[in-house]
Amino acid sequence: MNIYQNPYDIENIKAGHKVIAEFDYDLKEVERGYVGRTLSINVGDNTIKAKPVDEEMKQKFTGGRGFCMKLLWDAVTAETKWDSPENALCIAAGPMGGVTQYSGMGKSIVTSISPLTGIPIDSNVGGYFGPYLKFSGWDAIEVSGIAEKEVIVFINGDEGKIQIIEAPEEDVNTHLIAEQMVEIFAESEKGKKAICTVSSGKGARHSFYGCLNFSFYDRRRKVARIKQAGRGGTGTVLAHKKIKALVCKFSGLNEDSNNVADLDRIKEVGAKFNRELFELDDHQCDMRHVGTVHLVELMDEYDLLPTLNYKFGRHEKTKYITSHVFREMFTQGIPDGCWYGCSMACAKVIDDYKLQTGPYKGDVISVDGPEYETAAAFGANMGVFDPNFIAEANFYCDTYGLDTISWGTTMSFVMECYENGILNPEITGGYDLSFGRGEEAMEMLHQLGRGEGFGKVIGLGIRRLKKLFVDEYGADPGFVNDIGMECKGMEYSEYVTKESLAMQGGYGLALKGAQHDEAWLIFMDMVNKQIPTFEDKAEALHYFPMWRTWFGLVGLCKLPWNDVEPADNGETDEPAKVPEHVQNYVDILSSVTGKEYTKEELILMSERIYNFQRVFNLRMGSGTREGDRIPYRSVGPVTNEEYESRADRYDKQLKEEYHFETEGKSTTEKREKLREIREDNYQKLCDAVYKRRGWDDNGVPTIAKIKELGMDFPEVLEVLNAYYGS
Amino acid sequence: MRVLIRKEELCDGCGACERACSSTWFKEENREKSRIRMTVETNGYSLNACTQCGECINMCPVEALSRDKLGIVRLNEKVCVGCLNCVGFCPSLSMFTAPGVGKPFKCIACGICVKACPTGALSIEEQPEPIEKIFYRRHQ
Repeated sequence: MNIYQNPYDIENIKAGHKVIAEFDYDLKEVERGYVGRTLSINVGDNTIKAKPVDEEMKQKFTGGRGFCMKLLWDAVTAETKWDSPENALCIAAGPMGGVTQYSGMGKSIVTSISPLTGIPIDSNVGGYFGPYLKFSGWDAIEVSGIAEKEVIVFINGDEGKIQIIEAPEEDVNTHLIAEQMVEIFAESEKGKKAICTVSSGKGARHSFYGCLNFSFYDRRRKVARIKQAGRGGTGTVLAHKKIKALVCKFSGLNEDSNNVADLDRIKEVGAKFNRELFELDDHQCDMRHVGTVHLVELMDEYDLLPTLNYKFGRHEKTKYITSHVFREMFTQGIPDGCWYGCSMACAKVIDDYKLQTGPYKGDVISVDGPEYETAAAFGANMGVFDPNFIAEANFYCDTYGLDTISWGTTMSFVMECYENGILNPEITGGYDLSFGRGEEAMEMLHQLGRGEGFGKVIGLGIRRLKKLFVDEYGADPGFVNDIGMECKGMEYSEYVTKESLAMQGGYGLALKGAQHDEAWLIFMDMVNKQIPTFEDKAEALHYFPMWRTWFGLVGLCKLPWNDVEPADNGETDEPAKVPEHVQNYVDILSSVTGKEYTKEELILMSERIYNFQRVFNLRMGSGTREGDRIPYRSVGPVTNEEYESRADRYDKQLKEEYHFETEGKSTTEKREKLREIREDNYQKLCDAVYKRRGWDDNGVPTIAKIKELGMDFPEVLEVLNAYYGS
Repeated sequence: MRVLIRKEELCDGCGACERACSSTWFKEENREKSRIRMTVETNGYSLNACTQCGECINMCPVEALSRDKLGIVRLNEKVCVGCLNCVGFCPSLSMFTAPGVGKPFKCIACGICVKACPTGALSIEEQPEPIEKIFYRRHQ
């Protein structure tokens, strides 16, 4: 239970409620993972309606991210911007979403036209909303329009009623409104687990990288905890629509709420996997005790931890922010899954944390995480190696509705610009924003929460900041483009990719922008050297993005796939694919739907959506080779300082692989030669990947490929015909 | 707390305990649905049943598992969502699941099998409750 110095008045909040639209519907049971309809809500004109899901939609789009992409495509036009009323915020689980017997089965996917990129974003998030929405009778929800006054949308899956409610008195920041929704809509303490909320925060109103928080009620702590759909600014979209929260209530969860075809088979696979975690996790990633922060020390060891805006890959102070530190801070021994039955339970918590700064200074809070990305971004990349700073900034980013990755990477960029004289105290409002300045960074975060000062400017994100710094402050465009770590407008997540060409492609060729969730190939490529040729890398950049896309189609988390591995995984033909776990998923999908699948069919499901989304990018004015360009900081050393930090490695590569004589050459000469080679290699990688994926040499799916996948809908062909000129 | 004590050296492998258990709790003679499991080993037999250690209580995401006033760990089936975390994380593999049964099940030291056992291999005894490792009950 959180303790506040200024408690809210729940009766006052309730008194402000005014129902402005209402929609009654028949409660419909889920059959083999599907309901067979989606929910469409327009908060601009207050219309609420159901849309049918036919067999073709299931067959072609599967569910989850597939359904969300289709709903989004149908909602927008080529001219739609992120803030257009018709831009939709779509959320769905998937046919496997809500299974309780296997870990990581409660994920929702969010899609929208992104404020950062102008193209579709897809973001995968835990919490109860997606599964509860499905069990309430809806495979997906799309929300469009812009409300006149601030509202909440309440989906009552117990009674079959949807309401749009004017909500003037609720708090905006997530840790409060998520709790207030539980207090208002649950009948009793026991009933609180039936309430889940999607919300953003005040920061999302002032930033292009606002995130969405999906809540799940923690019965033991008595706290409405949250997970984030962090990437791409979906929280900004929700805030712009003047929606304070989407709330879903569903009380009837049981072991077979999906009405699956073969529950016994799922139970068998689930019990086996739970035992595997019991026996192996402590000796592998230790996810149950530290979550994803175990990666901090691992990345530092391999020179991959982004440090001082990705200049370096390790730091002597990393020891202050490793999992050993956070293990002591996290409360241990509590089921920490963000969906029922997830025994990986990586959603860790720092309990009884007394806030030191900001509007909630002095409150005692259960603070989520941090996860690896947050610890790496705030700790190493900004150079503030202080676990309490990381915890506090993590809490405020979450409750303000800000993506920790985008804020952390943007702050790192700002800090390097400050150290290079592009920014100065006159511009920043008197603040020294050098690397390592934690107090000043925290003040920037609070300014962003308030929509004031230079902190608000940082909310623009790197792509817009680069333009601002060039136009207003005379920055060298070449330099800021080199060090500004964004692709397609979205900030990089937290891995140094300089020494892994395949991972450069993992980021640059990801559909939505610079996120690692499509492919994480650094170890395969750089450490284990399993994919030496362009063709090998292209094959990996085909298979893994397709495989990882599949999790989003069906409602799953990726982590239980390879953050624990069977004891004999190393002896299999393709350990990187974790074949036994792939088979687990094949078995469960088959058991949910009653249709037998093969692992190849899973990849085909993804290929359909992946290519559809690439054409969607094209429709929105992107989706070609130009959009896959990446900043040079992600490819090689931008400065002599960076080159010299890894001079042995770079000199060796120049001499042995490219027969360039380094003796007698200056660092600048060597750095420029290396750049020429590496930039050329990246383009050659794009060539190979486009070919493998069935795209033309500009990165656009061919009409033949689209037909082969059965995605040749008239509206898709219209976009491709316009591009191919036929 | 009440615990089913197993003297495996006295077991003759007749299976009467399993039959009595499944007949009582599932109304059928089916060893897959017994809360005590007898296994043939090279040197005799093993008998697997819950030790009431309580590890599973901490694993349950919905607090369906708790200790009753006799110290026996019991599952509230109305609350359980069938996630089987307790099955995978039982140190002695004594939380069971069976085809056709959605929720897990375990020995609750009822003593039916004790009466059925012809060799005296089973008994119910009182033992001190273990110190619970972690129960999160702050701010209450």
